Formats: sequence, structure tokens, C-alpha cells
Amino acid sequence: MTARPIAVVGASAAGLAAAETLRRSGWRGPLTLIGAEPHLPYDRPPLSKQLLHGAWEPEKLRLRTEEQLAPLDLDLRLGTRATGLDVATRTLTLDGAESLACAGVVIATGVAARTLPGTDRLTGVHTLRTLDDALALRGRLTKGGTPAGEGVAGGGGTRRLVIVGNGVLGCEAAAVARELGHEVTVVGIEGTPMAAAVGTDVGTLLAEEHRDRGVRLLTGTVEGFDTTDPGDGRGPQVTAVRLAPGSTSASGGAAGGTRLPADTVLVAIGSRPAVDWLTDPALDTTDGLRCDAYCAAAPGVYAAGDVARWDHPAHGRPLRFEHRMNATEQGMAAARNLLAELAADGPTGTGDGTPAPERRPFAPVPYFWSDQYDLKIQAYGLTAGADRVETPVRDRAGRRILALYGREGRAVGVLAAGLPPRQIRALRAVVADPLPWEEARERIAAATAAG
Amino acid sequence: MKITLDADKCCAAGQCVLIAPEVFDQRDEDGVVVLLDAAPPAAQHDAVREAAAICPAAVIEVHA
Ligand SMILES: Cc1cc2nc3c(=O)[nH]c(=O)nc-3n(C[C@H](O)[C@H](O)[C@H](O)COP(=O)(O)OP(=O)(O)OC[C@H]3O[C@@H](n4cnc5c(N)ncnc54)[C@H](O)[C@@H]3O)c2cc1C
Ligand code: SF4
Repeated sequence: MTARPIAVVGASAAGLAAAETLRRSGWRGPLTLIGAEPHLPYDRPPLSKQLLHGAWEPEKLRLRTEEQLAPLDLDLRLGTRATGLDVATRTLTLDGAESLACAGVVIATGVAARTLPGTDRLTGVHTLRTLDDALALRGRLTKGGTPAGEGVAGGGGTRRLVIVGNGVLGCEAAAVARELGHEVTVVGIEGTPMAAAVGTDVGTLLAEEHRDRGVRLLTGTVEGFDTTDPGDGRGPQVTAVRLAPGSTSASGGAAGGTRLPADTVLVAIGSRPAVDWLTDPALDTTDGLRCDAYCAAAPGVYAAGDVARWDHPAHGRPLRFEHRMNATEQGMAAARNLLAELAADGPTGTGDGTPAPERRPFAPVPYFWSDQYDLKIQAYGLTAGADRVETPVRDRAGRRILALYGREGRAVGVLAAGLPPRQIRALRAVVADPLPWEEARERIAAATAAG
Repeated sequence: MKITLDADKCCAAGQCVLIAPEVFDQRDEDGVVVLLDAAPPAAQHDAVREAAAICPAAVIEVHA
């Protein structure tokens, strides 16, 4: 009988980190990496930044070259979707047909972009999650993307982009589209952009940056789309976004009509964890795949990255992050813990006689960044869901900001922009473990005073 | 061990500096990574490999 493989489902940041860690930690058995997209593992953060801008081409986003992947000796299944998992036997179904009985499974299927009903057949309405999404949107925003005769000046003249959703992704895309010379309107349900992620203080500052660059910010709900059918067989093309009555501009005035003319629409209203294929009742898939502190969803089944909701030991509640840094760190942690579990259960095929390591709870200091215009925002810890925010540095002219986030009397997160890297690294230590609020404030003051 | 950087991709996360401060630093202006030692001694190798694996922008390449 051939040895059972460990299978990693999802060939992106978290899945790749898991696969590499399995090899580095001594797994010599077969290793299968399954990815629904046809591309070699690539990086997502540049999709809404350098790639959308046209500064980088897709090759630059590749996380590893073929030569770097070769030593991993992967059974690499690209363009292949996992469609089921039987938890008791650790058997995966691939593309609804093939069965793959595994020694262990790491699930790293990430999240998928949420869409609005009725948009899938509309030309000009886009989401931004995959490389293919980003290339399609870039095609419309950059020169030559819109064929002549669609009522748009060919060759990169100003065109109207409406972004639905004022979260981090929508704001990043707005910045790029402005830099490319488009008229940009951002519509969000929340009054302040990015408020869900960073709170209203920081969101207000970011809103000013966007307004200064000519981005129009509106609060409202999308009711539907106006379309035209150019009769070229490609179906209806979007011409406007209709807002529900009562929508306003973010500065308080009326939005000036509830019909926003648009050549292109980006729907950036968040994401859904890619768990639809996990129907085994042994798994809890409410808001991601529920895991314990070791990233285990069931015996021999681990999860990592955007899809995983696990018990963070330092925060005492289940958390799920859609941050690039977490994808790698959790991929590594899940892989190590899976191997430790398999080793404890008996012969593993690692076969080099080293004592089995212990499983360890996964307790990272979360890290997140966002680039908008020439502003780089960096945050450690938890900035969402705070019940208290203070901004000790708020220097609009110098474009510097520092914010501290608290929850239940403790400091849990810190965000900075425009500060020297040494100071930003020092802030990490302040929220590595949730400290009492006053103590954290003093340490923040000390960290930023020491130049 | 020899290290090369694709510094152009660096997002200034500073994780490499936290893990291997004798090998990596960040530029003061924009936080972009700076290589202090392209051929670090053996005692640093594990830390460098860890930094290369964790870097969220795949900037650091380690050659045997
Ligand atoms: C445009 C954009 C910009 C971002 N910018 C930032 C940023 O500035 N800073 C930051 O910290 N984070 C950012 N992020 C978030 C970051 O990219 C994610 O946290 C990270 O990619 C998560 O990695 P992952 O491997 O968990 O999931 P993903 O990268 O989503 O990968 C999951 C993979 O699994 C595949 N898959 C899904 N279902 C199946 C299945 N059933 N079978 C097989 N394969 C499947 C998918 O095709 C996908 O390739 C950004 C994300 C996007 C989309
Ligand atoms: S960890 Fe990577 S992205 Fe962060 S500073 Fe170092 S090289 Fe740059």
C-alpha cells in the first residue's frame, strides 16, 4: 500500500507556507497541494496596489519560482477544486470525482469576494480577489481597456469608476484609480471609510486624504444598476449605480441624486470564507472553519489563513483574520501541529527518529498593512471591534498618526502611519499581550518619545 | 549561505528585523529592508530561514 499523503487544500499564501513547513519539519511522505486557480501560488496584496496600477506584471506576484517549488516534491494539482471532505476517514473529494485518502489535511481555502445579486452577467461590474479579477479590472482602467464605441474616450481618458464598499480594499482601489486619472466615487454603508477595520478616528483622516485627491465619498445603499445593451452579443453593460433614497455625501449634504453614472463598478463589500465545500457535520463552518487553539478543526484536520477561525490564547475568543501576515504564520503553525499530532499517534513516515515535537497553541501578534497613495498604514494586534480608541499622534499636515485600540479595559491594538520603522516595531511589544489600558498608554508615549 | 533581496517588493513589515536583527534592518525613510550581512555566519542561519519564510512579501531569498 502506498503511503497516504498529507493534502493541503488552497494553493496560496497559507497553503504554500503549510506545504513548505511540512517538508522543513520532516514530512517525507507524499504531499499534495490542491489549488482551484490555474496559477502557481501568487501574492494577493499587490493586486489592489502595484498590479492594478500597472507598475507590476503578474510574474512579480509569484510567491515561488518553479525551481523553488521543485525541492518540495509536491503533487501539485492546480485548476483542481476540493469538493468534499469526510472527516472521520480524512478523505477528500476532488472535482466531485476523485477520492484522496489522506494522513492529514490542512485547509487553506481563504475567502471569496461577496457580490451583489444580479451582477454576474453585467459587463463592467467587477470584484477584486484573484489575479484574474485584478487583470480584468485593470484592463478596464488602463489604456485600451474599453473598446471604442462604449461612449468612452479610447486610450485612457478620464472615466467614471464607482466603488461599492468603503472598506480597506475599496479605499486602496480608489487611490490607484485616482492616480490613473479616473473619476472615482466610493459608496459605503458606513459613514466613514474603513471604520469597521480601524475605527472612525483613523477613518476620518483617511477620508480627508481621499477627498483631497478628488475622490467622492458617499454613504448609501445600492438599490440596483442601470444598463444598456450594446447589441454586440456580450449582454448588458453597466451605465450607472442606483442608490436607495436617503443616501448622502459623507460630509453630510445630499448626494445630489441617487443615480451615479459609471463606466466601471468595483464591488468591494467584503468576503465569505470558502467553506461551502465542507459539508461534513463534524465541522463548524459558521464564519470560517472553527478551530481550537492549535488550529485543529478535527483530529488530523487543520486550517490556516483567511478561512480559519481559531481560539486565540491571548484574546480568549475565536478570531479570524484576513491579513497576509497571518496566512503565512498560521500556515506554518498548522503544519507543525499536524505533524506533532501524527507523530504522537504513531509511525508517521517522517522516519528520521527525531522525537515528536509538542503541539503548540497559535498565539501570533496580528500584523496588517495598507497602502493608499504614498501613505502606509501599519497595525499590530486587534484594531477592529474596539470599545475604545485614542489617537495620541494625529498630525494631519505631517501625515502622521498613531492610534491605540482597547477592549474591556485592555489595550489590544495599535495603528501607525508616517512614523519611523524603529518606533513602529517598538509598538508591537506594547500589544503583544493585552496590557491594562493605562500601562499601554504610558508605554506608547515612551516608545514614540525615544526617536 | 547567501542572501538576496527583491527589495522592490518589500512592504516594510519589519518582521525580518524582529527575527534576525543582525542580518536585516529597515531604511528610516520608508521602512524598506536593508541587508546588513549577505553571507551571515552559521549561528544566524535558522533565524534567516525563518525570516525568509515569514516575510509577507516574499522578498528574501536564501541560497544554500
Ligand atoms: C486585493 C487584496 C489586497 C490585499 N491587501 C492586503 C494588505 O495590504 N495587507 C494585508 O495584510 N492583507 C491584504 N490582503 C489579504 C491577504 O491577501 C490575505 O489575507 C491572504 O491572501 C490570505 O491567504 P490565504 O492563503 O489564507 O487565502 P487566499 O489567498 O484567499 O487563498 C485561498 C486559495 O484557495 C483556493 N481555493 C478556494 N477554495 C478551494 C477549493 N475548494 N479547492 C481548492 N482550492 C480552493 C483559492 O483559489 C485561493 O487560491 C489583501 C487581499 C486582497 C484580495
Ligand atoms: S519582512 Fe519582508 S516585507 Fe517586511 S521588512 Fe522584511 S523584507 Fe520587507
